[in-house]
Amino acid sequence: MDIPKIKYRRDAAFVEKLNNFFTNISGLTIFNIEFFKQLFSLPIEIEQIKKHMNELGVKTFSIVSIMGIILGFVLALQSHPVLERFGATDFLPATVALTIIRELGPILTALIFAGRVSSGIGAEISSMRVTEQIDAMEVSAINPFKYLVVSRVVATTLILPILSIYVIMLSLLGAFVAVIMTDNMSFIYFKNAVVSSITFGDLIPALVKTVFFGYIVGIVGAYKGYTADGGTEGVGRASTTAVVMASLLILIVDMIMVKLTIWLWPTLG
Amino acid sequence: MSKPLIEIVDLKKSFENLTVLNGISIDVFEGDNFVVFGQSGTGKSVLLKCIVGLLQPDGGDILVNGESIINLSSDKLSEFRKSLGFLFQGAALYDSMSVRENLEFPLKRNFDFTQDEIDQKVISTLSMVGLEESVDKMPSELSGGMRKRIGLARSIITEPKIMLYDEPTTGLDPITSKEISVLILELQKKLNMTSIVVTHDLLCAEIIANKAIVLHNGDIIEEGTIDELTSSDNKLLRNFFSSEIIKE
Repeated sequence: MDIPKIKYRRDAAFVEKLNNFFTNISGLTIFNIEFFKQLFSLPIEIEQIKKHMNELGVKTFSIVSIMGIILGFVLALQSHPVLERFGATDFLPATVALTIIRELGPILTALIFAGRVSSGIGAEISSMRVTEQIDAMEVSAINPFKYLVVSRVVATTLILPILSIYVIMLSLLGAFVAVIMTDNMSFIYFKNAVVSSITFGDLIPALVKTVFFGYIVGIVGAYKGYTADGGTEGVGRASTTAVVMASLLILIVDMIMVKLTIWLWPTLG
Repeated sequence: MSKPLIEIVDLKKSFENLTVLNGISIDVFEGDNFVVFGQSGTGKSVLLKCIVGLLQPDGGDILVNGESIINLSSDKLSEFRKSLGFLFQGAALYDSMSVRENLEFPLKRNFDFTQDEIDQKVISTLSMVGLEESVDKMPSELSGGMRKRIGLARSIITEPKIMLYDEPTTGLDPITSKEISVLILELQKKLNMTSIVVTHDLLCAEIIANKAIVLHNGDIIEEGTIDELTSSDNKLLRNFFSSEIIKE
């Protein structure tokens, strides 16, 4: 697999940026193709996938928990005065639930996950690259792409939807806490209002999105790590650029998928 | 005369405008301890990386047992790599694995040994390098010399026929360097391996080598035994070896 290396120290900064942009696009495309070529080839690294899912879940569990509760709490507090202005506070549970499920829950979980995991994968694999550990695997007739990249990308793709569901649940709990602080609303009323406002069409596109987001986090982190060069400086560069690139791609893919969902199922709009 | 085990024929390798190997040819026979000398940046490590297929040469050929290993399919390249060991300059131990896991890794992935056989191999290989007590340590807990020994143990655990060493004594103190060099020679005799050793450490070469070449600017400027090289009239060689002797 021949992945174009990023070139540095060009005279013109603009040419350098343009060069980097296209190198990244072409490199990432080749990397994606290689991923799908090796995804179903044997052996399937089940143990590694389980290990990474476990690690990633533990690593991000506390931060997404805090984020989830605060998200729901703040959203409910902010929405209450606005809805009160229109005499629509009864719609507060439904408004908050739909906002969290359809957009804020998945996107914020993905962005936090990218910050925590993409940089971690980038740093881990790049330090293996610069200390010749990846070369050592290759020389030992072990496929490092399959062992290091495929297992991590599969793990991030599978774990992010689970984390997103967990964050959505916690956010709704946070929202309920905010609601009972401002309104005299029972848990049963809140729960019924939330459940009756959600449809199948709200849940599925949101969860499908998180599968793509998880894939982006894994593949970008792994790409940046796998193609790193330049010693310890390269490790730092891989780690930071992985977060920036993954976050940007998540936002772009989110925009495309929201538009696509509304275009395919206009009733959801 | 017997055929060489490894034949390097007119090997060329450049990086952009920099020519690193300028058409070098080497014959390495079975049982040889072949040392490649040269200053930093003369293409010694590039030569090793071409032999194991980590780098693709621009021209020439590499034959092992008479068979070209350039442009092998990935399956055949994997098979070929199973028959060789490679000690990296920094040992390249897997940071996230203990010493035991580092040694088990190639055995579990490439061979069908039972866990008992693997355990036995790990302990016997560690005893060869004198580090049985480090079996459950992590690489971060090891000194430079210990890392090299464990790296060596990981390379020989699969009992390779060909062993490649990339600067095996770089970064070590003179006493540890000597110990590693002696260990390499002992293992080579014990396991009947053919070795190519890239180094600029004269003491290491004196202990290990039965044949050597000197690379300079991508060309072989001298070849022979260590004694022949150190007594050569070539000015470059005299400069190189005199600076090595001062270092020692």
